[in-house]
Amino acid sequence: MRIRKYKEAISEAMVEAMTKDDQIFVTGHAVAYPSGIFGSTAEVAERFPDRVFDCPSMENAFAGIAVGAAAMGKRPVYVYPRADFMFLSFDNLLNLACKWRYMFGGNAGRVPIVLRAIVGKGWGQGATHSQSPHAPLAHFPGLTVVLPSTPADAKGLLLNALQADHPVVFFEHRTLFETEGEVPDTMEPIPFGKARILREGGDLTLVATSLMALEATIAADELEKQGIGVEVIDPRTIRPLDEEAILRSVAKTGHLIVADTSWELCGFSSEVAALVSEKGFHHLKAPVRRIALANCPAPVSLPLESAFYPKASTLASAALALLKKEGADVAGIDREDYFKGPY
Amino acid sequence: MITPELHLQMHKELIRIRRAEATLAERYKKQEMRTPTHFGLGQEAVPVGVCAALKRTDVAYSHHRSHNHYLAKGGSVYRLAAELFGRATGCSGGRGGSVHLTDRECGFIASSAILAEAVAAATGSALSFAMDGSDRISTAFFGDAVAEEGAFYECLGYASLKNLPVLFICENNGYATESPLSIRQPEKASITGRVAAFDIPTREVDGNDLRAVYEAAVEAVTAIRRDSRPFFLECATYRWLEHVGPWFDHELKRTYRTKEEVDGWMARCPVKRSAAYLVDNGIATQDQLSTWEAEIQARIDADVARAYNDPWPDPQHLMEHVY
Repeated sequence: MRIRKYKEAISEAMVEAMTKDDQIFVTGHAVAYPSGIFGSTAEVAERFPDRVFDCPSMENAFAGIAVGAAAMGKRPVYVYPRADFMFLSFDNLLNLACKWRYMFGGNAGRVPIVLRAIVGKGWGQGATHSQSPHAPLAHFPGLTVVLPSTPADAKGLLLNALQADHPVVFFEHRTLFETEGEVPDTMEPIPFGKARILREGGDLTLVATSLMALEATIAADELEKQGIGVEVIDPRTIRPLDEEAILRSVAKTGHLIVADTSWELCGFSSEVAALVSEKGFHHLKAPVRRIALANCPAPVSLPLESAFYPKASTLASAALALLKKEGADVAGIDREDYFKGPY
Repeated sequence: MITPELHLQMHKELIRIRRAEATLAERYKKQEMRTPTHFGLGQEAVPVGVCAALKRTDVAYSHHRSHNHYLAKGGSVYRLAAELFGRATGCSGGRGGSVHLTDRECGFIASSAILAEAVAAATGSALSFAMDGSDRISTAFFGDAVAEEGAFYECLGYASLKNLPVLFICENNGYATESPLSIRQPEKASITGRVAAFDIPTREVDGNDLRAVYEAAVEAVTAIRRDSRPFFLECATYRWLEHVGPWFDHELKRTYRTKEEVDGWMARCPVKRSAAYLVDNGIATQDQLSTWEAEIQARIDADVARAYNDPWPDPQHLMEHVY
């Protein structure tokens, strides 16, 4: 086992996949700059200069260009340094890419494209540099939506995305880029639709996506010290969703909190709440609790921003409240934010 | 240089598409085809002239009025009719309908109903060809309203920047649904003029003149293969029927355009003009043309009948091909 940063794991996956498959190319704004998307494309840019090239700011057309290239046998990887720019791609992504196989009856071939979207947070990123549209995208049949939270998962899931036969949207939280974790020397692709149990516990199930999975483990570790067993489930992909893992855990704990990196209304946390109320209602000992962004756009000013984002202490407090337990003060558990800007 | 043989071949293709569309439009009135259909009657010379200049290995993309392009690139009337009837044997297995056609074997990759989307996909296929050093060309057929969408200009910029082998073909028929060009685009900024600003060679052509379209397409295709650069053709043409559906506008008492205007364009019918050239130049006789048309019509009728009698898709297969 080696310790690798999240951004290094992503880079490793790209290098390994591009070494094996010369149909993969990488483009997007600034992918070929020395900074290489926060370090994640710098190595492939150096190793495969013909297959890693910058793209103009044309997010609308390029999603369709990726489809047309994929239809001829390429495997485009299109990188959005900020996921918010992905909104410009929604036409080609949602009307064409994710329907391509179905609406031509399987006769127009496959369009294996990978869209890497980096989600910003903190240091005043503000309303339009901090959004994660994974829930609206997961709404659409034909797409696969991936949100890895650990370096090993980032690598294994990206390897799988780069050999998948359909469009994959891959959300990478900017805050995770410098986090470290164990990454096996050799990794196989991790299949989609299999959740990872990050912590085992018997008192409460905490389903958490992306950065919130990291916050959830911090909360779980603290609560364990207080004698409370929290099972942290990172779904890793929300389409397909590992319903079994969530339902099995709730059957064991009877309590569910869902923490997500986006908003609550019509969001992923609501989806899991609906799933459990429909298929696991009789196991629930208390109402499901959703923890998501405050119901407003992301503000810039520090005190406002701090109030906007839930964190480990938010989850720990919510868990104690749900379990009706008086716990020790959890305010001090939050990790220090290494991110010093600007973007 | 258009040899008599080539003109005859293109003319027969013109007839095949004209008769197929006319036959399908007539049949459409019987409520057997449950798919919004944009018939291309009157616009046949553009796809026939362009596709005659392409190789089978070149690819084409089209828009919502896509039957003409699908057929001209080599698609079958039988599988088109089956798609419109919603049959399992349709070119898209009954999942696409009139606006989502494909036939990869002949290089007709896809059509899409959201205008500039197909232009983007065509540009992407050209990117693939350029990366592979292939001499294949990617062709995008689209209407004048595409020049109102941002993605179109992104594609022009990208194709020019990256030296992509794309043939952009605008079929300017003057209307987007019932909205005339004059209220949608600035009169003094022509579409061709806007495209030229991207350093893309352009040419305007009478889209109802088969020979002129073919010659322009040969010039375009030759330039694209020689220079590894995009090319843009603007073809002036006109749709005879309503925007979507089998009727003439005047039959439904629509007033966005006059019957006189439609009649004026029907007098410039691309099939009649091509036929007149053949007869006037002694390449074919009127009797021969009539015989060919009857033979082609008989094959179309057989194809449509066969498609109609094909089985429906099995609802058990509803979830196939999602991924």
